[in-house]
Amino acid sequence: MTVFNESWEAVIGLEIHVQLATNSKLFSGASTNFGALPNTQACNIDLAMPGVLPVLNEEVLKMAVKLGKALNANINSPTSFARKNYFYPDLPKGYQISQMDKPIVEDGFLDIELEDGSTKRIGVTRAHLEEDAGKSLHEDFEGKSGIDLNRSGTPLIEIVSEPEINSPEEAVAYLKSIHSIIRYLEISDGNMAEGSMRCDANVSVRKVGSDELGTRTETKNVNSFRFVEKAIQYEIERQISEIESGNTITQETRLYNSQANTTRPMRTKEYANDYRYFPEPDLLPVVLEDSFIKKTLEQMPEMPNEKKLRFVNEYDLSEYDASLLAADRDLANYFEEVTGESKSAKLSANWIMGELSAELNKENLNILNSKISAKQLGQLIKRIEDSTISGKIAKEVFEKMWSSGNEVDTIIEKEGMQQVTDLSEIESMVSKVIDENPDQLKQYLSGKDRLFGFFVGQVMKESQGKANPAQVNEILKEKLKE
Amino acid sequence: MKLHELSLKEQLNGLKEGSFSSTELTKHYLDRISSFDKELNSFITVTEESALNQAKESDERYKSNKALPLDGIPIAHKDIFCTEDILTTCGSKMLSNFKAPYSASVVNNLSSDGVVVLGKTNMDEFAMGSSNETSFFGPVKNPWNKKYVPGGSSGGSAACVSAQLASAATATDTGGSIRQPAALCGLTGIKPTYGRVSRYGMIAFASSLDQGGVLARSAEDSAILLESMSGHDPKDSTSLNEDVPNFLENIDSPIKGMKIGLPKEFFERDLPNHVKSSTKEAIETYKDLGAEIHEISLPNVDLSLPVYYIIAPAECSANLSRYDGVRYGYRCEDPKDLEDLYMRTREEGFGSEVKRRILIGTYALSAGYYDAYYLKAQKCRRLVANDFTEAFKSVDLILSPTTPDTSFKAGEKSDDPIEMYLQDIFTIPANLAGLPGISFPCGSHEGLPLGVQLVGNSLKEAQLFQAAHQFQEATDWHKNLPEVK
Repeated sequence: MTVFNESWEAVIGLEIHVQLATNSKLFSGASTNFGALPNTQACNIDLAMPGVLPVLNEEVLKMAVKLGKALNANINSPTSFARKNYFYPDLPKGYQISQMDKPIVEDGFLDIELEDGSTKRIGVTRAHLEEDAGKSLHEDFEGKSGIDLNRSGTPLIEIVSEPEINSPEEAVAYLKSIHSIIRYLEISDGNMAEGSMRCDANVSVRKVGSDELGTRTETKNVNSFRFVEKAIQYEIERQISEIESGNTITQETRLYNSQANTTRPMRTKEYANDYRYFPEPDLLPVVLEDSFIKKTLEQMPEMPNEKKLRFVNEYDLSEYDASLLAADRDLANYFEEVTGESKSAKLSANWIMGELSAELNKENLNILNSKISAKQLGQLIKRIEDSTISGKIAKEVFEKMWSSGNEVDTIIEKEGMQQVTDLSEIESMVSKVIDENPDQLKQYLSGKDRLFGFFVGQVMKESQGKANPAQVNEILKEKLKE
Repeated sequence: MKLHELSLKEQLNGLKEGSFSSTELTKHYLDRISSFDKELNSFITVTEESALNQAKESDERYKSNKALPLDGIPIAHKDIFCTEDILTTCGSKMLSNFKAPYSASVVNNLSSDGVVVLGKTNMDEFAMGSSNETSFFGPVKNPWNKKYVPGGSSGGSAACVSAQLASAATATDTGGSIRQPAALCGLTGIKPTYGRVSRYGMIAFASSLDQGGVLARSAEDSAILLESMSGHDPKDSTSLNEDVPNFLENIDSPIKGMKIGLPKEFFERDLPNHVKSSTKEAIETYKDLGAEIHEISLPNVDLSLPVYYIIAPAECSANLSRYDGVRYGYRCEDPKDLEDLYMRTREEGFGSEVKRRILIGTYALSAGYYDAYYLKAQKCRRLVANDFTEAFKSVDLILSPTTPDTSFKAGEKSDDPIEMYLQDIFTIPANLAGLPGISFPCGSHEGLPLGVQLVGNSLKEAQLFQAAHQFQEATDWHKNLPEVK
């Protein structure tokens, strides 16, 4: 945990907006695809034409129910919508349809894993459905602003945590855990760069041991895990230094600037809104029948924690490996597919988290667009297990496979990379090495045991790395005794 | 008999029998509009060309025996219903240039039953008013006496039907905007159960109270039109998923034994003698028809007006936020910046009554006032609704005057909003409770008509039509029509 100054403690609450992966908008039939030409995916309802009415997209109810279950929370039925009133050109109705008194998800918690291996329980106050606003574009229009309403009406679920997070690292662990859950549930792609997942951080500091909360600020516009950590870190340090130099903290909304790694206050005018919430009269409260909830929960996939436990039990993986693999549903699926082919869970895990991750990171790819399929990697590991190639040669095969896309066996064959397991062939290589190194032989025989490694190395070199190391060891031992 | 003197039902029969064509009927009304409406000002837009086209198509269908249920009947739409590619102003400067790229479900329902649309009728701005004096397009005159108002907010629909410039008209009622003008213009007007008629494409004033309905010359004509307008609409989440019964089926059945309640809170009010006597006469008629009359109590009904004037403005303050000059409608000239755009567009685009209600509603929803105003009003609304639930355990229908008096002179109440708001004292409770209410003529005083109102239980429109129709079989008040010159 980051220690700022022993006498201070940070109190952090996160508000996470998750864009739900529905085909159409929360209250209209318009498409939600990202990246279309401005204002081509906004229908009469998204444009707030006179007389049009919202109709709830029921798909979001299923998504919210699943999320509620994953957050160990209560599902409210009936759940109701409210209008949040404010004027802005990218908010066509002049109000946002959101939820106030009866959010669909309430009173949950999430256990997060900290770096030292311990877990911490973070309370989830609520998660409510709301529609997104459009976008205001202030560049490209001389002296004017452009409005793109494609995003207007896109469904969001806002997940609000209790102020029970005490460090930037915990905040990121919580955020990653939410990210993992929404991806597991396939309710969002969680892409922070595209804005499918956005995080606002409420941060305050207080003296350790104090029961009272300090004045908090809300930092917006943080669009990656790393920036969340840095923005919170910056904000904690700023607040401590303000207070220590005798100033007070103003309750305000601040924007994070990732280039400068600072936060700055938004204009107070934008903040000082009275949203005048009241029940949305165009939508009746939604009753979620028990049968609906039950049926929805039957479609719940195995969640990250369950999967992790299963990996430990079924594949005998370490907690650490299991938890890394289970955090990402696609990665976990990849791992199981590799293991199914290779029949060795441990080697599969090592290869995925070692060589494969390194290559993916280098080329900034995710597991779904890996250049080596799970089946290919499984076959590679199988060839190690059945002694066709050594682990060292396997790395060469891996690299060739990554760049060419060819199959494992094709590469081994073509490049003549099969391991030499023919006893007489190895024996002759061993004899040759011993004959060519009489000095070392003398020293070895006079008691310099560590020269054994030298002979192994020479034999491997002679075989261009292809000799089976176990056989080389065995034969060398025998020959050197003679 | 002249074509405009025929009832909607008679016109329908005439069209079916080939006594006249829809083109003749439509032309006849268009002629009357051009002769008389300059002074009445009941239409904002007359759609002569498309009306004649629709009439022609209708005549073709009659010829080929493919006639639709309301084929060829010329009606008018209140200018609150969006009509594709035709101006929809809602009586406001704010929408004085607005053409919707879609039609309201009500408009589509009626069109698919074959009606001919003569045009769009004048109304109080955004349906806020009881005299049709707040319209940006000028006041509407009462055909019975042009110095008097037709009532509001559906004043244009009422005036044009009363003056026989259309066979019937659509209208909307948030606190009495169908029933009050019906009473003041000598018409039959029904506000159905909340959710019976789709609100899709009907420009919102107060979403939880707004309901579309009909202004016509009789209960029978109203029933024919309402049946076509009604029905579940997946585009309106508050629309009721209930079958629409045949509203005419029991209309001829006697009402012997029907229980009619008289809320003592209404009859204890200080009302002019002519209102008391004509209401009493209506009660006598019902007794003669075999109805049982009971005194009942709606103990919380006096809360209705204050409750309404919190909830309706609160909802309107949000509903009217979309008129910001950004996407459609009126936009101020050369805005300096965003705030200037908002301020001047809304300052210049809205009239004073609309601004008053936006301010009241914004105030009632503000932090620190919400609990005292909006939340309390919602609780009181529940009390009023519960009173009706209780009352309908012992009676079938509830009778009262529709308005506290006959029409009033133009300008008489325009400077006194409270006096104007009292116009709706008898009609508002049905909106708060979401119940159907019908007003029909029951008398006359100094040449101006008077109306009586029946409120029914939820979804009991058929019973209201039956009771009103039986009354109209026994009396002639609904047959009185103003002589339009």
